[in-house]
Amino acid sequence: MDILFILIPVAIGLGLLGLAAFLWSMKAGQYEDLDGAAWRAISDDDLPEDEGKRD
Amino acid sequence: MGYHDRDLSSFVTDVGDGIVHMDLAVEGVRCAGCMAKIEKGLAGLPGITRARLNFTSKRLAVEWSDGAIAPDTVVGTLRDLGYRAHPFDPGAAKSAEAAEARRLLKGMAVAGFAAMNIMLLSVSVWSGNITDITPETRDLFHWISALIAIPAVAYAGQPFFSSAFAALRARRVNMDVPITLGVLLAMGMSLAETFTGGRHAYFDAAVMLLFFLLVGRFLDMNMRRRTRAQAENLAALKGETATKIMPDGSTRLVPVSAIDPGDRVLIASGDRLAVDGVVDVGTSEIDQSLVTGETAYAAVAPGDRVYAGTLNVTGSLTVQVTAAAKGTLLDEVNTLLEAAQTARSNRLRLADKAARWYAPTVHTAAALTFLGWVLLGASWQMALTTAIAVLIITCPCALGLAIPAVQVVASGLLFRSGVLLNAGDAVERLAEIDTVVFDKTGTLTLPEPVLADPGAVAPEALRMAARLALSSNHPLAAALKVHADGLAPVAGAREETGRGVAAAIDGIEHRLGSAGFCGVSADAARAAATDASSLVWYRAGEASAVPIAVSQGIRPDAEEAVRLIAERGLATMILSGDRAAAVDAAADRLGIEDRRAGLTPADKIAVLDALKAAGRKVLMVGDGLNDAPALAAAHVSLSPVTAVHLSQAAADAVFLGDSLMPVVRSIDISRRARRAMDQNLWFAALYNVLAIPIAVLGFVTPLVAALAMSGSSVLVTLNALRVRMGPDRLGIAPQPKDGA
Repeated sequence: MDILFILIPVAIGLGLLGLAAFLWSMKAGQYEDLDGAAWRAISDDDLPEDEGKRD
Repeated sequence: MGYHDRDLSSFVTDVGDGIVHMDLAVEGVRCAGCMAKIEKGLAGLPGITRARLNFTSKRLAVEWSDGAIAPDTVVGTLRDLGYRAHPFDPGAAKSAEAAEARRLLKGMAVAGFAAMNIMLLSVSVWSGNITDITPETRDLFHWISALIAIPAVAYAGQPFFSSAFAALRARRVNMDVPITLGVLLAMGMSLAETFTGGRHAYFDAAVMLLFFLLVGRFLDMNMRRRTRAQAENLAALKGETATKIMPDGSTRLVPVSAIDPGDRVLIASGDRLAVDGVVDVGTSEIDQSLVTGETAYAAVAPGDRVYAGTLNVTGSLTVQVTAAAKGTLLDEVNTLLEAAQTARSNRLRLADKAARWYAPTVHTAAALTFLGWVLLGASWQMALTTAIAVLIITCPCALGLAIPAVQVVASGLLFRSGVLLNAGDAVERLAEIDTVVFDKTGTLTLPEPVLADPGAVAPEALRMAARLALSSNHPLAAALKVHADGLAPVAGAREETGRGVAAAIDGIEHRLGSAGFCGVSADAARAAATDASSLVWYRAGEASAVPIAVSQGIRPDAEEAVRLIAERGLATMILSGDRAAAVDAAADRLGIEDRRAGLTPADKIAVLDALKAAGRKVLMVGDGLNDAPALAAAHVSLSPVTAVHLSQAAADAVFLGDSLMPVVRSIDISRRARRAMDQNLWFAALYNVLAIPIAVLGFVTPLVAALAMSGSSVLVTLNALRVRMGPDRLGIAPQPKDGA
């Protein structure tokens, strides 16, 4: 059962990593505008200037 | 840009480093294209450092180097792009709620993380307990669980702990008291088990309970924030601003919060007053319908008192701002409003009512369990463990979710039907009503005037009159503007304030305005006048002038809405401050028998009190300043979005648009929601009836507790989601006859 001494810290560490990622994303304001984020993903803003000018 | 007559600098805040910030509510944002268009359009302005549109809240944050551009330029640019925008009053922006929501979300994340990891360990212990786990391994797992659970509960449980503490200090019991007790006891007992190397620890139950409850609370909070944000945007777009006259005589547009008593403000014709005051310079006519319900205009001269919410019709006025003084209408309204709101705060929410019988019941059961086992000769540790297990398993997981879950679903449905909730418990109260009381002016009738009979005017004359109306600020012109069919305003049209608009088209002079302005004799004007409507005259060249009747139109679907309300078995009634003739006309058309006219705010409250004394539960629908106390005094209240600020704040919910259907729809949705709430409460009661004996007999293990808790939570949530389903999901279908 010595494997537990590796697996449990790994499990908790991964969980903490997820928690930290979530808290970071929240602090970065990623949940402020959920509808807008969905639309921004499909906008052509990141294309080179000449291609993105269609709107 | 033609926008430089406004000074918006009081909406701008300094964020440091020479950068200034302004928030705007933007109207008409519908898709990603709008977002890109606005952000790119503003980025093109000199000095702009940031322009970001929040699509969810429809608010735009703009930052630029101080002095590079005027705030007007931003609003003007947006207008050129085709969006109406209004700066947000920085004083009105509330960040406390956003912080609270972030706090709940963080708590939820922490509780979720802890619940998952502890569950991982707990499942191992449960399966180990029936197979071959060594006590050392079990102890290790319990210790790790404790190390995760203690900080998690201390952090995520704070909203419940502080609310329970506040309730206990006020000698009340709310739902958070049993929650707090359950969580703390579960933690305490589990720690004791861990220290003594026992078999059962309830860390997972405690953390999972917090997680479920935080989910419910976060959803609830989020929905309320969303509707609140929408309401605030509408308020900003309505322009709660005033044109302040500075000591040097210049004028500047400022948010209402920046106006103090003693300031002087300029009110142009066609403007709605945002402040109360005394007329200093100028004479005019004032449309007080939003304040008193009276539809006839009142003449004002220097020295007369004018109120926020009224519309300045003819001349321009300089008004000296006053605070609410003794003996004025506003003072009376405020006093009545305060009294009504105090009475209202004593009202018990459904959840707290449930908590009132719930908490004593389970706490007594736990105490009896302890006594019973001791009397039967069990060790006191065993008796205590069993008693605590009773508290843990009955901990109101389902009960805590039963009502919030339904409220979230119902307020989402209401939001989509154009009803924004101010009060979270409005849904449960809306379901109980048996009488609907309407205000007339602005509630049953449209807030803007409409043509009394568009067919009575020759189409060509109507088109030309409408085209002229486009150049006018006069409130009556609004009724004609909608008939302009996309025609452009006449170039060179000139408006004579308070009289009318004149313009030359193809060499012929067209006039639109008062009888005198169009060359109609006073006798002819008197002959054409009626009681129910106001007349606007139109004249082309030397042809004889045509009268166009404009009146307060009944909302287009008011008749159907009133009929549907009657169909649901509810009594209807009109309480109006307007003249009897005007009230009778509207009431007869809508088929409302019970009507009272010429009421003061105190009269309205008296009628509501009489109804309450007779055991009736009243839904008050009103918009005027004179309705505000009645809105607060009624069992539950609705207000159209065009209502004055005070009334909107006093109402439990605000509905959007010209239709009266949201009133019917909100009753329907609330009744369904209330049924689901009752079912959920019954389910929670049934759950406890089953769970308590099992716990009292000492059969509860952490596994049983976890299953019971999550199972019951999922069930009540599913039942709440059922509110969205059914045949009348989107439209207004016949109401089932088994109404609550």
